[in-house]
Amino acid sequence: MTPDAEIALAVSDLRTRFGGDRSGATVVDGVSFSLKRGRTTALVGESGSGKSATALSLLRLIDAPGRIIGGEIRLGGENLLSLDETEMEAVRGAKIGMIFQDPLTSLNPALTIGKQIAEVLLAHKDVSRAEAEARAVELLTHVGVANAALRVNDYPHHFSGGMRQRVLIAMAISCSPQIIIADEPTTALDVTIQAKILRLLHDLQQEMRASLLLITHDLGVVAAMADEVLVMYAGRIVERADVDTLFHAPQHPYTKALLACVTDIGGDRSVPLEPILGTAPDLKQQQVGCRFAPRCPAVQDFCRREDPCLMALSDRQEVACLVVQRERNLMAPADA
Amino acid sequence: MPETLLEIRDLAKSFPARGKGNAAVQAVADVRLTLKRGETLGLVGESGCGKSSLSRLILSLMEPDSGTVVIDGEDFLGASVQRKRLMRRRIQIVFQDALSSLNPRMTVGMNIAEPMRLQGLGSARERDGEARRLLDLVGLRASDAERYPHEFSGGQCQRIAIARALVLKPDIIVFDEAVSALDVSIRAQILRLILDLQTEFGLSYIFISHDLGVVRRICDRIAVMYLGRIVEIGPAQPVCEAPRHPYTEALLRAIPIADPRRMRVEELGLIQGDGFGSPKPEACAFEPRCPHRFAPCSVKRPTLIPVGDHHEAACFLNDRSQRKGDS
Repeated sequence: MTPDAEIALAVSDLRTRFGGDRSGATVVDGVSFSLKRGRTTALVGESGSGKSATALSLLRLIDAPGRIIGGEIRLGGENLLSLDETEMEAVRGAKIGMIFQDPLTSLNPALTIGKQIAEVLLAHKDVSRAEAEARAVELLTHVGVANAALRVNDYPHHFSGGMRQRVLIAMAISCSPQIIIADEPTTALDVTIQAKILRLLHDLQQEMRASLLLITHDLGVVAAMADEVLVMYAGRIVERADVDTLFHAPQHPYTKALLACVTDIGGDRSVPLEPILGTAPDLKQQQVGCRFAPRCPAVQDFCRREDPCLMALSDRQEVACLVVQRERNLMAPADA
Repeated sequence: MPETLLEIRDLAKSFPARGKGNAAVQAVADVRLTLKRGETLGLVGESGCGKSSLSRLILSLMEPDSGTVVIDGEDFLGASVQRKRLMRRRIQIVFQDALSSLNPRMTVGMNIAEPMRLQGLGSARERDGEARRLLDLVGLRASDAERYPHEFSGGQCQRIAIARALVLKPDIIVFDEAVSALDVSIRAQILRLILDLQTEFGLSYIFISHDLGVVRRICDRIAVMYLGRIVEIGPAQPVCEAPRHPYTEALLRAIPIADPRRMRVEELGLIQGDGFGSPKPEACAFEPRCPHRFAPCSVKRPTLIPVGDHHEAACFLNDRSQRKGDS
């Protein structure tokens, strides 16, 4: 792994809020990260941690009254947050491809698969309908749909869950985007189907040298797919590391706790399950101190007062934990 | 007390197929299982393998085509209406979607106590007291009895559903994908609770899941289902570490391990085809997808044969007489 791969997309201090000014919650609260060309970055976290809101923010698909309230998303010299809606439409699907968890609701039930794939191409490329429909067959074949020339005439309900996910992948890669965002792409699938979809995503990403942002709560999927991992908790990234460091030398107490409650097939049965006690904070409330402090086994008094920010421990790892930072004598920025 | 608490005898259930000319779908075929006192039996398989149909048959929520379920030596499915009603107290179920399995118009306390009311047990006051005691037992507050299900998170609703499953003091609880929809940390909390309750009350569990990782973690024995049949059954360790059916093996190799040093995406096992449709009646159901298929697999159906200590598999690879002459 080369340390300075080209940065394809850079997010800084992204803040997204759902709901009104008083009653709402800032669900993405100062998130910064970058996606590197030809790499897979996993964004891992539990329900409500803000990982899907982050993905939707990258595409500016946050519905009102939710909105992005700050930050920058840089893609090829442009800040996506300063584009107007027409310019943004030229980004979605063309420069950033997206794959969501539930392929059935992402597809139009009243249009054939071929027409839906062609639609993406017609929206972004200078092609005729016939060319677009011919390309749809090629794309479907490419993602492993057998008899694609016939299946383009089928409707979404004719496809199984795994096959629908292949259709969505075909749509996502149709314009050869540099960035592919996949939000829980295999969560609803059986393990044998999941394995095939993961392999397909990986092969396509390698072939296109695209950046894949893979959002998942499944640490097995993270271990198999990611080059780099971002761990999200309560709207913040609490740890960033390359995949080996994250699994073998995690530093944030939340990451450690998350790894301790994995019940995968490789686990040791004799090690007792260690659940994380309590629940994530209610982001509608004003947050004081570290958001993980109430559940943290390593909590100190200062954790309840000071808000940690992500600091580099090495070029492979960043962590937002005051206890770790103090142990390593890392100083907080002077203005914090 | 005899060791065997529950016995499933040759249960079978088929559903009429949609569309003309299609054969009926054999959801559950000749399933034979036993559950010992204090044991946790895992039932794994992919969508459509019949594991949920089997759970509904066991609880007599659905009529089987044939076969029966015996609880403590007494026929459950064939019992009289009154007797069956009493026997239902002994076997309870917890579903995947806890919120939709609770009545939204009843308080949490009433939800938990409802099985008692239906069984005509206790006064209203006693039932309420019991609900409060159970809420405390499953890690919620007794005062939560006055609140409504929608006020609780998914993990909390699952605790409420577990409290309700406990209210009749059953011997057996069936968990049907009970932790599948939960986040990792919450899942671990619920699994911990399930294990603690078992130790405390000596409960026997049937734990149905598509997640072999979870099943391996908490079950004593595992049964693997494929298209309505059990293809392998045995103690958790040999089934997961030295599987004797190619389907079990394929399932295990398809699961990503949470350790990048042990498994990356290139090493994930891929298995051809999918587990849908109706298998040929006189062949192994897994034959079309099996990487090890040989002559007898397409003409005969393998039955479960012993392959180890309390370990059985339905595959001709384990049958010397079938392998003769095949190399």
